[in-house]
Amino acid sequence: MPHSSPSSQRVARRAGLARAFSEFLPPDAILSREEELHPYECDGLPAYRRLPLLVLLPTTVEEVQAILRHCNTQHIPVVARGAGTGLSGGALPHEDGVLLVLSRFNRILDIDVANRCARVQPGVRNLAISEAAAPHGLYYAPDPSSQIACSIGGNVAENAGGVHCLKYGLTVHNLLQVRLITIEGELLTLGGGGLDGPGYDLLALVTGSEGMLGIVIEATVKLLPIAEQAQAVLAAFDSVETAADAVAHLIAGGILPAGLEMMDNLALRAAEDFVHAGYPTDAAAILLCEVDGHADEVTAQLSRAERLLKESGATEIRVARDDAERQRFWAGRKAAFPAVGRISPDYYCMDGTIPRKRLAEVLHEIAVMSERFGLRCANVFHAGDGNLHPLILYDANVPGELEKAEQFGGEILELCVAVGGTITGEHGVGTEKIDQMCVQFPDAELETFHAVKAAFDPNGLLNPGKAVPTLARCAEFNAMHVHQGELPFPEIERF
Amino acid sequence: MAEHDHDHTETLKEQIVRAASEGSPLEIRGGGSKQFYGRAPLGDPLEIGDHTGIIQYEPTELVVTVRSGTPLTQIEQVLAERRQILPFDPPHFQGGATIGGAVACGLAGPARPWSGAPRDALLGVRILDGRGRTMRFGGEVMKNVAGYDIARLMAGALGTLGVLLDVSLKVLPAPGDHHTLVMDLDARQALEHMTALNTQPVPLAGAAHVDGQLHLRLACDAALAAHWRRRIGGELSTDDAGFWRGLRDHTLPFFDQDAPLWRLSLPPASPPQNIGKTLIDWGGAQRWVFTEETPEQMWALATASGGHATLFRGGNRQGGRFQPLPRPMAALHTRLKKVFDPENVLNRGRLYP
Repeated sequence: MPHSSPSSQRVARRAGLARAFSEFLPPDAILSREEELHPYECDGLPAYRRLPLLVLLPTTVEEVQAILRHCNTQHIPVVARGAGTGLSGGALPHEDGVLLVLSRFNRILDIDVANRCARVQPGVRNLAISEAAAPHGLYYAPDPSSQIACSIGGNVAENAGGVHCLKYGLTVHNLLQVRLITIEGELLTLGGGGLDGPGYDLLALVTGSEGMLGIVIEATVKLLPIAEQAQAVLAAFDSVETAADAVAHLIAGGILPAGLEMMDNLALRAAEDFVHAGYPTDAAAILLCEVDGHADEVTAQLSRAERLLKESGATEIRVARDDAERQRFWAGRKAAFPAVGRISPDYYCMDGTIPRKRLAEVLHEIAVMSERFGLRCANVFHAGDGNLHPLILYDANVPGELEKAEQFGGEILELCVAVGGTITGEHGVGTEKIDQMCVQFPDAELETFHAVKAAFDPNGLLNPGKAVPTLARCAEFNAMHVHQGELPFPEIERF
Repeated sequence: MAEHDHDHTETLKEQIVRAASEGSPLEIRGGGSKQFYGRAPLGDPLEIGDHTGIIQYEPTELVVTVRSGTPLTQIEQVLAERRQILPFDPPHFQGGATIGGAVACGLAGPARPWSGAPRDALLGVRILDGRGRTMRFGGEVMKNVAGYDIARLMAGALGTLGVLLDVSLKVLPAPGDHHTLVMDLDARQALEHMTALNTQPVPLAGAAHVDGQLHLRLACDAALAAHWRRRIGGELSTDDAGFWRGLRDHTLPFFDQDAPLWRLSLPPASPPQNIGKTLIDWGGAQRWVFTEETPEQMWALATASGGHATLFRGGNRQGGRFQPLPRPMAALHTRLKKVFDPENVLNRGRLYP
């Protein structure tokens, strides 16, 4: 028998799989033609692209169960995808697997005002929950920058954050219950109808697990009363160091801002050119500080914040005159990524978290690297919780620049670990940060992660190759990485 | 701080390695304040109470890292000096409670609906697993999604997945002031009242009903408290702090009863159940019930309400104390226990048989 070419083998495999799934899925739930698959080749991190064998678009829980059971018995890899806005390549398809797209699960099942929660399907957009709850005076707190588009299933998978985390928490703090389908097709209920569930806190374990443990098919999220008033103040500084110290001074002064964001000069100028937020473009850095609560409380907190910022050496302090101006302050921050996208053909967004007190030192190191790599870097910082988003500017059409940007990014993440932080605060490890996991975790911890995954997914079929590197991969990476017995950043004090 | 630092990791590790090689169980013991909790302890004690010390406390970072045997009173005092608190306000019960026990049991004080439980404040842990391996999960930063959230998995696991060595916790600025409004209402009226308040931006930090009175704690200054009193009603309490501490530590007269004490975790607006003398806490989400109903009846009742029930004090400690899990969930629990403690030495059977 003549050998068939790899691509014709692939076509045959694709057709065979499509036939098998058509046994229990309607025709419009299976995409198998290459031109239909292309829109799904990447998520919000387009540097990584890959075509799956098939895209499946189920509409019922039973269909998802049947798909997973079939994949488990036939050993077919499954990658789940929501809105595809993820920034770490977590929903990058597997070339020998199916992409399970949950966008058709887009219904809000219940807004339970008395119990202050919303029960939603995974494809519901983050902002749609707050919109549906607004007539009752309630909202859903986590607000990632992509909240117009990103869906709640993905928010659970990544433990999404946003600009109000310091006071209102991450996704994990705002979930009551999740219904999860395992690779064996079992439907599990994690959490409870009250504020906790029986047994181990699997709700916390699954939140941020990047689709490695199961498929989120329903989530019950907490709703909060909309604060009576919110007010924002913008402070300008002539150095990032003073801005960083101002953050510590605010917190030491007993202020718990609803949001506290920092942007450096390159980021704030890009944002200003894009949305005309009214930022002072000559500042080295700005801080945006929002307080909320009862009107009297807001007034008191705001004047305290103003005083503390002044003491910290702010060169200019501006309180939003009205809600429109407050919205404008935030519009600039929320548009920072696309704004940077306008001043460079491509950008690469990093997501390390550091102890806040190391900020000035980390920004200095990043500036040194920027010089060394010959690539500009804009910094946006969730200052309240230490989550840093350096945006590396590059041009993918210049040969070698993407690789340089990736190397620059990798070094930033290793720096974050060296100062006692983490390689990812809210975007997830996904495909892109898999090697840096080797820097952050020793073998015993990595082994434990693999064993936990095996407890849920014994055949390793859910999102294989993401989030947790194999020990072999780390051995190779670390061997390449330690030069003459010396770790990167020998001058940095380690924890 | 350094002179108070007592690191007993090596001793604890040796005991675990020995127990694992012999397959003999260890009862993890901190201050002993929650020894009544869970199924009956088994095996030799593994004493954590000497493993103490505040390793790192940075008030401006809002993070504290402490060894698990450190007494709660000591941590709370150190935080109070910088006008900060543990957001979850853990119960001390009869005294001696340690931070490790507080995290391992996962219990939280009356402000839980607004300020969270231990799992919400937990940022990272260092543990010894059931083979005596030291591992670190999470960290000392607010946001961290690298690897699975095994730190939070430890909260409420009753030590069955690992011995906590040290924990990193998010702390918060202390609220300036508290005022409590008290009003005479029956349970049904109180639940309706709490449910209505829950959807308004009231600065609540406690909402409990006991002995025909609803207590509402407000975290705000006196002027704002007066404002809310005009809108909500009730009288200002004169023993504000005492009531909430008594509720947290179960020293209120209500808790002085003979029948087994159950904890019900329910959707807060669930109607009152007439099954025994009841205290409603957490705005309705946590209910303490003295009842002679059988465990099977209590679990069925909790399931029917969309929640779960725990036999908290009294009753049979050889039998089940926690809501039984559906079969696939129970199987998953068994597999996870095997991952962390293959010889089943750590607090054997304390959570589930």
